[in-house]
This record gives sequence, structure tokens and C-alpha cells, in this order.
Amino acid sequence: MDPLRLGQSVARVARARFTRRAALASSGAGLASALLDRFDLKASVVAAQDATPTAAVNAGDNEPPAVPAWMQMPGAPASAYGERAPAEESVVRWSPAPDVSFSPLADLHGTLTPNALFYEVHYGGIPAIDPAEHRLLVHGLVEQPTLFTVDDLKRFPSVSVIHFLECAGNSFFEWQEGSGGETVQQTAGLTSCAEWTGVPVATVLNEVGIKPGGAWMLAEGADAAGHDRSIPVEKAMRDGLLAYAANGEDLRPSQGYPVRLLLPGFEGNTNVKWLRRLKVGTEPWHTRQETSHYSDLMPDGTAREFTFIMEAKSVITSPSGGHRLAAPGFQEITGLAWSGRGRIARVDVSTDGGQTWSQAMLQEPVRPIAWTRFRMPWMWDGQPARLQSRAIDETGYMQPTLAQLVAARGVNSFYHFNGIQTWDIAADGEVTNVYA
Amino acid sequence: MSTPNGQFGFGSPATPEQIAGWDIDVASDGAGLPPGSGTVQQGEEIFARLGAKCHGAMGEGGEGGPPLVGGIGSLNTDAPIKTVGSFWPYAPVLYDYIHRAMPADKPQSLTPDEVYALCAYLLYLNGIVPEDAVMDAQTLPQVVMPNHAGFTSPDPRPDVFNTAAVPPGDLKA
Repeated sequence: MDPLRLGQSVARVARARFTRRAALASSGAGLASALLDRFDLKASVVAAQDATPTAAVNAGDNEPPAVPAWMQMPGAPASAYGERAPAEESVVRWSPAPDVSFSPLADLHGTLTPNALFYEVHYGGIPAIDPAEHRLLVHGLVEQPTLFTVDDLKRFPSVSVIHFLECAGNSFFEWQEGSGGETVQQTAGLTSCAEWTGVPVATVLNEVGIKPGGAWMLAEGADAAGHDRSIPVEKAMRDGLLAYAANGEDLRPSQGYPVRLLLPGFEGNTNVKWLRRLKVGTEPWHTRQETSHYSDLMPDGTAREFTFIMEAKSVITSPSGGHRLAAPGFQEITGLAWSGRGRIARVDVSTDGGQTWSQAMLQEPVRPIAWTRFRMPWMWDGQPARLQSRAIDETGYMQPTLAQLVAARGVNSFYHFNGIQTWDIAADGEVTNVYA
Repeated sequence: MSTPNGQFGFGSPATPEQIAGWDIDVASDGAGLPPGSGTVQQGEEIFARLGAKCHGAMGEGGEGGPPLVGGIGSLNTDAPIKTVGSFWPYAPVLYDYIHRAMPADKPQSLTPDEVYALCAYLLYLNGIVPEDAVMDAQTLPQVVMPNHAGFTSPDPRPDVFNTAAVPPGDLKA
């Protein structure tokens, strides 16, 4: 993701005060309509509206006591490849620029992200790779430089693991007042979670043998940017995976088909997609991606390099920006928490802007370095409220407030924003993002 | 360090010729730079043809491409401008990135001479090398970038501590 270009796109969106739900409610309004054209969302919105079950002539004709129309005729036959319900086709990624798309967190359930809704960031487009001609070259400080086909990799003993990925730049709109996203998809949608299947990096590196001094490895993708990062061999040997599947199917092209690197807890871009090369060396390469791109600029003008870990973070996904509470009464508060350092130990929720906190329930099993679903029952009294969540991981680290984060790093470090998110609920039930 | 156990016997030995075609990385110290050379003047012509469309005629930034020039001294201000001149710490990495990723519509299409020439021109535009500079495998690693000492590691995090008192662990519904 090019920060500058994406920033410009997002600024345009912020000015337009655009949300998908708002657009659904008022499609045709001038500016929103233009944005829909710009992001090619209009087609899917219209399709969703047209595809609402229409067997009945009048609304309500399928409700009791009437016999629903779909019970009075045979349904569709089985199919080779499934489609989702037409009424759900408006749940889509948000792609404000060609090289990025955000997962629709508010519309996701549980802890896994469907592959077609998994967030994307890429640097030279999604390559059209012929898996029969794709190769992984492992060379450099190894005993036997080796080329692996995809079939070779799939012959090794395999494992399946559930881990989140998060772009280092997730939530970057939230650093500065006035630029924040409207929906949770915009504020935090550059993360997703999947069950990955592949062969451990250690299995393959042991097969070729690492020579003495091999401490770093360059991981390079087969995309048009040859995206590349220097990775500590120790990390790759500890829990790195050469993943060829996600959520039970082979990777989607946008997820790195036919094989990608998975480094649990490390920032998204180090999990190199379309992996074609691992070169073992003694020192990091200091590639463009790890110096001038994915580094964190501090107020004194220095930049932190190799900030790999995604620290503990949480966000309330419902209710969240763009929602409107229908009426006072019971309201489940739910969201997602994750930490690159291990398991989520606890999530606290506040409905009064952080003055008091209650412990949320965590959906079991709580897995290390994976999305953890939290929930808290709440009775909304119809008065203005401010919802926040804060995650605490098993190391004892607690997600910081926005103010604490800004005090330590300023507002220009761009990456690794994990400050507490605040949703403001107005007396009319409207939920908005506030900088607090 | 590990011993090749060859336990599975999967994969094929990679030949030097196969490796050479894919071994494109140039490290920060210049390791991997190929033979060839280029001048500022040559780079100006190539940049006008291939780079200006996205990055602006003088590298000031344009449609789709970030600025490559300027911003030196801005990193510790409220409005930092990150460019090759102001931010990039290592000149050889310029070769690496231009060769592997540029021009965006036809990466890995430039000859070593063309890439060296673009390096020379961009360094010249940033006032880092003189107009008569010639870049090659010997001279490029000797270029000292303005921000060569600007990067820190290892990662100092966790560096922000939320010390709020945690309430008791019982659920208050």
C-alpha cells in the first residue's frame, strides 16, 4: 500500500462522509452516488436490492399466516460451486485504491474471515500465476540450493493453524484528528483471520540445510513488485509456515496463490505472498519495503526499522460507526481482539468513554495470535454513550489509549496504530467514530 | 544452522544458471550489484521517458507516484516529506528497487546501465551527487545518503504502557 496515495483516497472519502450503509439508505444522493461509481460499489448494491426475494407481489406476502412462495415451488438444484444469498451480496470489501481492500468487520461473525472478504494489500497487482510453472527457490547460505514445485511443497508433512494477519498500516487514519474512518471497516478493516494449511518453514529449511551464519533470509514474491522483506531465520524456524491453503481451500490469488509465507504475529507485509524465493544470509538486506516504506517515523525524525510484531488490539464491531440503534433496551456489544504476542487474556468494555470498565466474555477456544471474539450484554438506556474496548494479552500488555500512543510516538509514524477506538452513540442511536 | 537431512528428497537441486536468473537482490552494502554504469545525463533522458509520468518531470511527485525529490531536513517536523533524498538510507537499495519494481507497468525490463543511470539522476536531483557523477558497482555503495543514520533497530516496543487499574475479573452485566 502506498501511504501517500491511499491517504489521498481516504481523505476524499472522509470528506464525503461516505458509508456503505448510508449509501444503501440513500443511493442516488449526488456525492454518495459519485463515490459509488468511483469505487464500483453501485453495481453490487443494486444487484443486492434487485435480488431480494421477489416471489411475492406485495411485501409481507410471505409472512405468516401466508404460505411462503418458496415453499410452493421446487428450489434450485445443487451446484458445482456455491454462491451466497443474494440479499447478502452487499457485504463486500472496501477498496478505495487499486492496491488495497478492507474487510467488512461489522458484517463478519465469529473469528474466521471468508477468503473472498479477506483484506488485501499488494504492490504490483495480483499476479496470474500458473501453479505448474511456479517455483520456490531456496538458496544463499544453504547446503543444497533447491527448487521446489508447488506439488513438492504439498508432499511434505502438513499442519493447519489459525492466525490473524494485520497490515502494519491498519487504522492509520486514526492517528490524526479529523481523518478517522466512519465505519469499523474503514477504521480497522486491514485485518482478517483464517485457518492456514501448509508446511512449516523449518521442515523445508532443514531439508536443504542452513549453513553457519545464516541468520536472516530474504523472502521474495513473484509479483510485479518482487515484494521482498528480510526475515529473522529464528522466527521463520520457530513458527513460520509455507501456506498453500486458507479456510479449507487453496489460497485465493489475492491471498498469495499458490504459496505464501505466514509469520504468526508479524506485520502483514512480511507474510510474503506468491513466494518464489528464500535466500539465507548473515545480515538483513534493508530493502526499500523495510526502510523507506514499512518503518515508523518518530517525532525526532528517526525511523524504527523491523517493527515486526503487531501488538494487542481490539475493536467493537457492533454497534459501530454507521450503525443506528433501533431503540433503548438490550444490545449485545461484540467485537474482535488479537495480539501478535500470544493469546488474548481479557477484554474490557466501557460504555462511558473509559470511566468505568467491565470484563467481556471471550469466545472459547481462545487461540494464540488469532482473532478472539468478545461479547458483552448491555442495556442501552437511550442516553448518549461512548463505547470503548481494550485488550490485554497473555504477556500482561494492555492496549493503550489514543492519547498514550500519540504522546509516545507523535502522529506521523503511520504504522502500528493500536489505540483504543471510541464509538459515540447519540440519543437517536446513531453511532459515529470520535477522536478521543 | 542445521544439517541437510534430505529426509524427504523433495525438490530439485537448483543450477547456478537457474539461480542467476532469479537472484536479483542488491543489499544495502551493494552486494549483488551487476556490471554496468550510467550517468546523470543518461538518467535524465530515461526518467523523462519512463518516470516522469508517475513521479513528475523533476521527481516532485505526480499521478500515482510518490515524490522522489526534496524533503531533506523535514523528517522531524510536523509535516515530514519522505523521499529518496530525505528518507532512503542506502543508495544501492535504489538500484534494487528500480530494477525489481520499476517502471510499474514493465518491471525488470531495464538494463543495468539504465538502472545505474536512473540512480545517478535521482541522486543528482536530490543534490547528493554532482552532475558529472557516474554510478556503477563501485561508486553507488560509496554514496552517503543524507538520512543514512536515521533508522533504528531493534524494535523498542512495547514502548507504550497503559497503566490503568484493571477492575476485578467478575462480569458486570
